Amino acid sequence: MIPLSWYLILAAALFVIGLFGVLVRRNAVAILLGVELMLNPVNINLVSFWRYGDVSSMAGQVFAVIVFAVAAAEVSVGLALVISVYRRRNTVVADELDLMKW
Amino acid sequence: MTGEQIIFLIVALFTLGSALMVVTTRNLIHAALWLVATLFGVAVIYAMLNAGFMAVVQVVVYIGAIAILFIFAVMLTRKDLRDNTPQTNKNWWAGALVAVLTFGGLVFTLQGWSGFSKTAAAVPSGFDAISQLGEQLTSPAAYVLPFEVASVLLLAALVGAVYVAFNKK
Repeated sequence: MIPLSWYLILAAALFVIGLFGVLVRRNAVAILLGVELMLNPVNINLVSFWRYGDVSSMAGQVFAVIVFAVAAAEVSVGLALVISVYRRRNTVVADELDLMKW
Repeated sequence: MTGEQIIFLIVALFTLGSALMVVTTRNLIHAALWLVATLFGVAVIYAMLNAGFMAVVQVVVYIGAIAILFIFAVMLTRKDLRDNTPQTNKNWWAGALVAVLTFGGLVFTLQGWSGFSKTAAAVPSGFDAISQLGEQLTSPAAYVLPFEVASVLLLAALVGAVYVAFNKK
């Protein structure tokens, strides 16, 4: 039987890999890829807490389903913003989008 | 070591390796395809956790919709992704340091928790997780309100995405 710690450590590792991607990538699409990588371990944690806690209470899975919906909304609006920025400024490099920086 | 643990380790190594490729590979199309591999690994993890519905939703929503959306976005913005410019910013070492410290902090915090190494009780026989989930998501005594709010959020995101990406010229 797999102890809960294995799932939690896997989720933590996946989360920090996504965090690394968000922090260091220059391309805005790649930053959003990192955000997607950070949202998945959250769901792994929720589902494993459901499985290792009280199975008959479905709160963990319900929460994970809501996270799915939020992730879909986030990525659709985020990529629409990137495409809109690309049309106006002809770049998707986050460093060059400095209009509101002083 | 049981067979289940060996399967878990293989899947975990595959998932983490492809996640590392997502954040380090230069070509963004390849990064999006590595993301598909990572998401498949996570779907297997859900299946190992007896959450069949989550595994199916992971494949349908994440791989079928989100990853494909990423590939479209990469293709629509591809022009200035020439491979001779650096793909990471100058402070990449600081980002790596923050990531490693966060991982260390998370594991350190979890390690002090009493339920850290607990093992799962067997699923009671006759327990149907999918029908339970469906009932709870549509029952007024449980989670019908968050479910409906999520649908409103998706509608707002749909309208917002169309409005933001719409070409006014």
